[in-house]
Amino acid sequence: MRLKLVPDNIKINFFQSTRLTFGASVLAMVISIFLFFFNGLNLGIDFLGGTTIRTDAQTSVDVGAYRSALKPLDLGDVTVTEIFDVTKPDLNAAQIRFEAQSGEEAATVEVIRAVKAALLSLDETITFPQVESVGPEVSGELVQAAITAVLAAIGAVLFYIWLRFEWQFSVGAIAALVHDIVITIGIFSLLQIKFDLAIIAALLTIVGYSLNDTVVVFDRVRENLRKYKKTLLKDLLNMSINETLSRTVMTSLTTLIALISLFILGGDVIHGFVFAMIWGVIIGTYSSVFVASSILLRLGVKRDWDKTNDGKAGTQFAGIDA
Amino acid sequence: MLQFSLTKKILIWVVVVLGFLFAMPNGFYNRVESVNDARMQLENGNDTPEIISQASNWPSFLPSALVNLGLDLRGGAHLLARVRVDQVYEARMDAYWPEVRNALRKERASIGTIRRIDGENYDLRVRISEPSQINHAVEVVSALARPVTTLSGAGSRDIVVTSIEDTIIIELSEAEKIATDTRTMDQSLEIIRRRVDEAGTREPTIQRQGTDRVLIQVPGIGSAEELKSIIGKTAKLTFHKVIQRTSNSDERVKNRQILLPAQDEEGVFYVLEKTPVINGDHLTDAQPAFDQNNRPAVSFRLNTTGARIFGQYTAENIGTPFAIVLDQEVVSAPTIQSHISGGSGIITGQFGVEETTLLSIQLRAGALPAELEYLQESTVGPDLGQDSIDAGTLACIVAFIAVLVFMSLSYGLFGIFANVALIINVALIFAVLSVISGTLTLPGIAGIVLTVGMAVDANVLVFERIREELKKAKNPRKAIELGYERAFSAIIDANITTLIAAVILLVFGSGPVKGFAITLGIGIVTSVFTAIWVTRLLISIWIERKRPKSIEI
Repeated sequence: MRLKLVPDNIKINFFQSTRLTFGASVLAMVISIFLFFFNGLNLGIDFLGGTTIRTDAQTSVDVGAYRSALKPLDLGDVTVTEIFDVTKPDLNAAQIRFEAQSGEEAATVEVIRAVKAALLSLDETITFPQVESVGPEVSGELVQAAITAVLAAIGAVLFYIWLRFEWQFSVGAIAALVHDIVITIGIFSLLQIKFDLAIIAALLTIVGYSLNDTVVVFDRVRENLRKYKKTLLKDLLNMSINETLSRTVMTSLTTLIALISLFILGGDVIHGFVFAMIWGVIIGTYSSVFVASSILLRLGVKRDWDKTNDGKAGTQFAGIDA
Repeated sequence: MLQFSLTKKILIWVVVVLGFLFAMPNGFYNRVESVNDARMQLENGNDTPEIISQASNWPSFLPSALVNLGLDLRGGAHLLARVRVDQVYEARMDAYWPEVRNALRKERASIGTIRRIDGENYDLRVRISEPSQINHAVEVVSALARPVTTLSGAGSRDIVVTSIEDTIIIELSEAEKIATDTRTMDQSLEIIRRRVDEAGTREPTIQRQGTDRVLIQVPGIGSAEELKSIIGKTAKLTFHKVIQRTSNSDERVKNRQILLPAQDEEGVFYVLEKTPVINGDHLTDAQPAFDQNNRPAVSFRLNTTGARIFGQYTAENIGTPFAIVLDQEVVSAPTIQSHISGGSGIITGQFGVEETTLLSIQLRAGALPAELEYLQESTVGPDLGQDSIDAGTLACIVAFIAVLVFMSLSYGLFGIFANVALIINVALIFAVLSVISGTLTLPGIAGIVLTVGMAVDANVLVFERIREELKKAKNPRKAIELGYERAFSAIIDANITTLIAAVILLVFGSGPVKGFAITLGIGIVTSVFTAIWVTRLLISIWIERKRPKSIEI
């Protein structure tokens, strides 16, 4: 008895409703960009500068009382959020966040002491297991490093795929990648999940994962292109995706199993991070089939892989309207 | 493809065994850690019977390198500070002044009288009374310049001398500034290290970052505030001549004088001679003490040069007040009663006992050459860290078991081969992390969990390929061989692209992100090794033994 998630000899026509899937992807990207500009991201202190203090108390958290206790300190923009963790129902934790004080880099000892004192006068059982403070100078650099990292990763991968395949594959892979990143950012904007350095790491993992998936499909396409010289590109792509579908589903599932257990059991500290990766695995799997391959179909691809380019054979392209 | 040469077989097994061997100490983390601490103590010559017995708690022939736990797992404080290196330039120019003065005085006949005026941007300005001779004066001062003594600064001089009308402007050259910065940073690091060490914390990391930054990480310390108070202030101690006491905070001061607030009395200020009589460099010792009224104080001792200067000064200035200045605040301004010759004294002020203890540590360790400005800090309490370890470990185990079950259900015996490879893979990740003394952070644990999920990918690729080949009615051996052969390029391409992302994260990332990139990167390399070599070896052994007519996968 074998558990088989994808039946043998499966033949799904993935390009049956290209308009619909492509349209949905484009629409989702447009909405994401719209959200990014009008709803913004809930940027963490890594990128904005400021201070976060985690509190942990014996008695339940009263967000309003916390906020009014901090009001007289005149810290500018203060947010207080309660932290929930399904595995720890008796957790009375909250996160206090305030902006970088003008003229300061990291928060001074005095400011942090004042905040602690104000909260302790409210509830003397409060402890402060985590304090983080980032000055505007460092946060500016972190933003820059994050953007550089994402761009460098995309660039390096573009180059690698171009080296190993053909430029059309490269464009397809990058389109899928941009699609995944844009929509992930859109989701973060929509749900207002805290966007910090760890999320950048998650984004880059999505880059890696999405490509991983795309490359496996492309590898099969390359192989089939050599084998079936007469088959229509559309059928050939369909065949390749179907052949690798079982693997795609298996790998996505094992990865998702691991990530979901981390999401549920790994504690609230890395929730956002793991959420981004779960989302990335789902969208990365979708995009390698519906975005990367569709683009490849539209761009067409060189068919004579065995012959060297002697100038006569030239690069043949499949029908653009295929 | 399924035949392995004997050397290859041995090599694979050696790697696997080494993997388990080097990963093992992490299974006994607390025990090995205490043994490592004890061995460290022994090396430092501290060999009490207790420590010797503690050190023998782990066999010496076994590896004892451990994965470092990041601050987010172990608890502790992290600070990123900038050293205000430019503050040293001013002190450098002050040190130049006597030399410049002497050189110019010799030329009095041509350039006339000289007067030092307050400079800007840490330069030294001297006004002469005969502006027509300014070029000559510049030449005289330029002759004082010394070559810069660093490799990068070879060939350049330490000062640049220019002039505006009747004023000579002397400033440090760029090469000298770079050399000075390096010295300032080295000194700052050394002094921070001494102060942190004196406070008795364990395994601090104190590193220079970039041109003027210091990263300080101290595991186990309660909070970043505590760490800041240990590192403390610059602790720059100087003695100055008092010109006048005033309550006017805007009191106009003359050239080469400064106005500083009193530490103990609100609204009281002192006008002081800017050039100190002596400074903290002459200090040989400082200890917490009490004054005659039993108030906390710090007693100090000066070296012979300091004692001589101080003795001479006090003899010449009996009856006048002098100020003890600590970090730009006048801690006290006693009147000199008599000639003080012994070179020791006591600093009284508004101190608590804790403060005098910290202050004497800071004075003993030496003053920081420049102020520190904190750019980033974080504290993680030990309980939260332990919670994260527990949660991470549980998530890892559950993910691991779930993947193992899923793989066995999907691929049967081959799934079990893949599972063995997966276990070896996790051992290898820990082994590599231990050997390179990498740091495991919470995102790092996430990286391992992700690797557990993704590591099976290479095997899945191969197994799916074998299934396909079997459909084409090939014999099992041939199918397996072709499966490996044809899945190879997909495995390599897929893993290299992920590896590229991991390497870029490692290069551009900081802190926790780096921890994630390290485990992800190591995980990719080890998973390719286990998938391509280990599972294949297992399958080949199985085929040799059973010689199955048909296989189910």
